[in-house]
Amino acid sequence: MQVTTGRSSNLFNAPVGSSFTEFLNLAAPELLPGRRPLPPGDHGAVAPHGTTIVAATYNGGVVMGGDRRATQGNMIAQRDIEKVFPTDAYSVAGIAGTAGIAIEMIRLYQVELEHYEKIEGTPLTLDGKANRLSIMIRGNLGAALQGLAVIPLFAGFDLDATDPAAAGRIFGFDVTGGCWEEQGYSSVGSGSVFAKSSLKKLWKPAMDEAGAVRILVESLYDAADDDSATGGPDIIRKLYPILAVVDAEGVRRLTDDEVGAVVAEVIADRTANPGV
Amino acid sequence: MAMQFYASPEQLMRDRSEFARKGIARGRSVVVLSYSGGVLFVAENPSKALHKVSEIYDRIGYAAVGKYNEFEALRQVGVRYADLRGYSYDRRDVTARGLVNAFAQQLGAIFGEQSKPFEVEVCVAQVGASAAGDELYRLTYDGSVTDEPGFIAMGGQSEAIASNLREKHSNEHDLRAALKVATEALGSIGGENGNPRTLSAAQLEVAVLDRARPGRAFRRIIGAALEGLLSVPDSDAKPETDAKADADATPDAETGTPSEE
Repeated sequence: MQVTTGRSSNLFNAPVGSSFTEFLNLAAPELLPGRRPLPPGDHGAVAPHGTTIVAATYNGGVVMGGDRRATQGNMIAQRDIEKVFPTDAYSVAGIAGTAGIAIEMIRLYQVELEHYEKIEGTPLTLDGKANRLSIMIRGNLGAALQGLAVIPLFAGFDLDATDPAAAGRIFGFDVTGGCWEEQGYSSVGSGSVFAKSSLKKLWKPAMDEAGAVRILVESLYDAADDDSATGGPDIIRKLYPILAVVDAEGVRRLTDDEVGAVVAEVIADRTANPGV
Repeated sequence: MAMQFYASPEQLMRDRSEFARKGIARGRSVVVLSYSGGVLFVAENPSKALHKVSEIYDRIGYAAVGKYNEFEALRQVGVRYADLRGYSYDRRDVTARGLVNAFAQQLGAIFGEQSKPFEVEVCVAQVGASAAGDELYRLTYDGSVTDEPGFIAMGGQSEAIASNLREKHSNEHDLRAALKVATEALGSIGGENGNPRTLSAAQLEVAVLDRARPGRAFRRIIGAALEGLLSVPDSDAKPETDAKADADATPDAETGTPSEE
């Protein structure tokens, strides 16, 4: 079979399966992340970095949140960056690390999931999705060791789960592609030390969605309080954390008004008790 | 060793066309039509797993008749083409027209160069902002393409189905009315003594490209939702329990419907 795509021809008959990445490797390998050789050295300072991502499960789903700051060295590179993305109808990923590479990776990952779903006629399982993401991170290991690391946090609603309380699941990764399921809550990025401590005290089993949203906003506030690379809520510019809920209905990003209301509550409480 | 006999190009092409047409005519039909809310695909297909109607991309759907392995291969080519293009440029740069051109080249090359043509007929549809903006393309086994606004009927006895659609189709229809038009058109052929058949939800594969939905517009309509749409229109006014009872009592309800036409 032969189809001319305008890019390359005679590649559509290539013996590829359901993976877009594998197909891309044959059709247009130059578009694959991780294919670009880097000169020796540490390149961590060349591009903006995203910072803190948090996620928490609740009874019926999972919520993921991210602050809006990207930094480059001691400078704030961007105040309104988005680091939480829907990856398909029932999953989200948040990214910490080198922003440009992370966004490229997520973009490819989104196509990967959709491509599989279209070719196979059925979506991947949630564990399958998490494993697929870990393979992509592993592919970036060389660049990561030269300072261009990407560490995502992945969360989704498991359509195969029988217990609604356990349907929302979170997966964490390390730079080598190691993939672990996180219990209850998790965080990645420079502010994650503080966010995790905060969540450890605030998270309870069987919370509802509003409760989970509230503790995520609290934890991002705590992260911003102590980590200079994490941005707090910017009430002057009305820049609030991005929060995405995944439940049986699918992924839904909370509106600025919804998040703004929670932020206002948290700020009011903190005004009364700033914690010194 | 076998003798090589001369056959004129005209004869070769005629034979291939006839072969492909016969293959396509054996299969059951598919109807694609524009309605107020988007593009509707209705296929007569008892299988729940082997689809004749599928998603290609955000605003693009695919329907096919003929030989399953051939139109399935073509569909996968289409998905790869669309995903590659969308990934390397932008999602909005994936258009039905581009995809149709790729398909046409493929089908044309196979028809001209290989001894056996593809026994397929394909529709690629792209939903627009309004019914006037919908694009419906029909591709045939030899790579020829036609742009048919409004509706397309493919497969066995498609002429009879198309003439039925021509009378009843309107871009102004809502989903229920459009589905009624499509199922009646599909049922207008194949009955005993030329009588129309009434097709049930179990015999149909139905999907839409939903104009109002942002991003991926393709949505399958299955199970109770499909039965609800197929049930008699005035069940709309009835309470939910009555509508369900109607759907359960399928044979009775359906023999009742023709009188309402």
